Amino acid sequence: MHDKTLAELARSLEAGEFSSRELTQHLLGRIDRLDGKLNSFITVTYDQALAAADAADKARAAGEADLLTGLPLALKDIFCTQDIKTTAGSRMLDNFISPYDATVVEKLKAAGTVSLGKTNMDEFAMGSSNENSHYGAVKNPWDLTAVPGGSSGGSAAAVAAGLVPAAIGTDTGGSIRQPAAFCGITGLKPTYGRVSRYGMIAYASSLDQAGPMARSAEDCALLLGAMAGHDLRDSTCVARGVPDYTEELDTPLAGLKIGLPREYFGDGLDPQVEAAVRDAIKVYESLGASVREVSLPHTHYAIPAYYVIAPAEASSNLSRYDGVRFGHRCANPADLIDLYKRSRAEGFGDEVKRRILIGTHTLSEGFFDAYYKKAQQVRRLIRQDFLDAFEEVDVLMGPASPTPAFDLGAKKDPVSMYLQDIYTIAINLAGIPGMSVPAGFAGSRPIGLQILGSHFTEARLLNVAHQFQQATDWHRQRPAFAEENA
Amino acid sequence: MALEHADVQRAAHLARLGLTDDEAARYVDDLGRILEMVDMLQGLDTEGVAPLAHPLDVTQRLRADEVTESDQRSCFQRCAPAVENGLYLVPRVVE
Repeated sequence: MHDKTLAELARSLEAGEFSSRELTQHLLGRIDRLDGKLNSFITVTYDQALAAADAADKARAAGEADLLTGLPLALKDIFCTQDIKTTAGSRMLDNFISPYDATVVEKLKAAGTVSLGKTNMDEFAMGSSNENSHYGAVKNPWDLTAVPGGSSGGSAAAVAAGLVPAAIGTDTGGSIRQPAAFCGITGLKPTYGRVSRYGMIAYASSLDQAGPMARSAEDCALLLGAMAGHDLRDSTCVARGVPDYTEELDTPLAGLKIGLPREYFGDGLDPQVEAAVRDAIKVYESLGASVREVSLPHTHYAIPAYYVIAPAEASSNLSRYDGVRFGHRCANPADLIDLYKRSRAEGFGDEVKRRILIGTHTLSEGFFDAYYKKAQQVRRLIRQDFLDAFEEVDVLMGPASPTPAFDLGAKKDPVSMYLQDIYTIAINLAGIPGMSVPAGFAGSRPIGLQILGSHFTEARLLNVAHQFQQATDWHRQRPAFAEENA
Repeated sequence: MALEHADVQRAAHLARLGLTDDEAARYVDDLGRILEMVDMLQGLDTEGVAPLAHPLDVTQRLRADEVTESDQRSCFQRCAPAVENGLYLVPRVVE
């Protein structure tokens, strides 16, 4: 059961091969046995999961089952869940129980899905390796000495290890696509505004977006359909109909115009990653697509612009953690300033402090124009690069990450960690959708092909990814870790 | 733009983040390297380019000025570290 896709599990449930309770119990048992080695979950919700599975089985028996009824998934611990702890990977929120559900959680519950728990992540989604979690690093199931990527590393590792068929992540600079690439699964960051951010703990509000992480593009299509849509509680969530994302999956790719950004194949790209990506492009050519080189001339300004804009927004967003209304509070504060300063010093980890300090500095008097305003101007140029490219081609393709998963502890210097996101970060600045799909291996470590489209072209991206998965079986590979422990 | 110890302590105070002198010294190095990377932006000509605050060209939605929220104080205060009679407790501010 544990290596099937959501679509396959849905058919099995419908055919009565097993119940949602049996499936849920099986996966909870695997989490119990295996997650000690991975650390992909922060909280496992045994009782709530079994109750939801029973409700799903009952609905099915009454003939009221929908497409996703009874299907298990996991939620990155950044989504607020009523009555269940939500930590964002931080000591600051170690005791936080949200009084409400995030819109995404509410929608997935309404669709009949069964949440098995909350997955590990880099603290407040700040990181590319999942080593910045208060709850400890997550291991990559393909190689326990490697990172799973981040910040949605727990979600990616849990799906890859067969602990859950799908998980929900968030992506501010690559946090869905890079861990999906490192763990050999399929991940989609939707267009900014496609999915409500209500109840999703904010890191950088003009960049954050939630999306599905699963074993196939088809599964991502099923989940996106359930997650997306207008929400009055998020003023940046767009009022735009949600298409049936599965409808276009089977559209043939003959005539598809693929652009390869020259800047995504330059210095610093691992040769094995490049070879796998180029092989994937050949598969597309064999499916009738045409390929041409394009240019995104401002690519190399994306990381610098991001490390002004995201920390600036973060320093503002994280000012809410004051030790007064919720979250960690220091013992015996001398006065109000001491209460703030010590609660925050004790509650936040190193990388979060670094970004708060950078953001506060760049927004402070005398620096604003040189940093923040400049970065926002550059952001427009970066978005324009993509808009210009999509005048010529339908989708862009390239690597999701310059290297396969690196070793745990390998990147001690923050800037070298930031440079890992060279191919993913511009996409968030531009607000466009992007996917990572499995496209090969470097030794035992997976490689991800990134596919990018213009705003609101998720259906097209899912179609392009699905057709690749009809022609290849990279997405069907499972780590030995999952099989040895079957 | 070089960063000094005083800049880090100033940012830490503005952000209400307690830092020891040792920690501040370490952040001078880290933040200095990050700002060095960020300084690459200064080499790009952005004359006449309007800043982009939001990736979509949309305007803020308005709604009728009506009360839509109910009083949920006790629910929200369940996750607070210290409350009394519906109030959040903090150290004395006014002597």
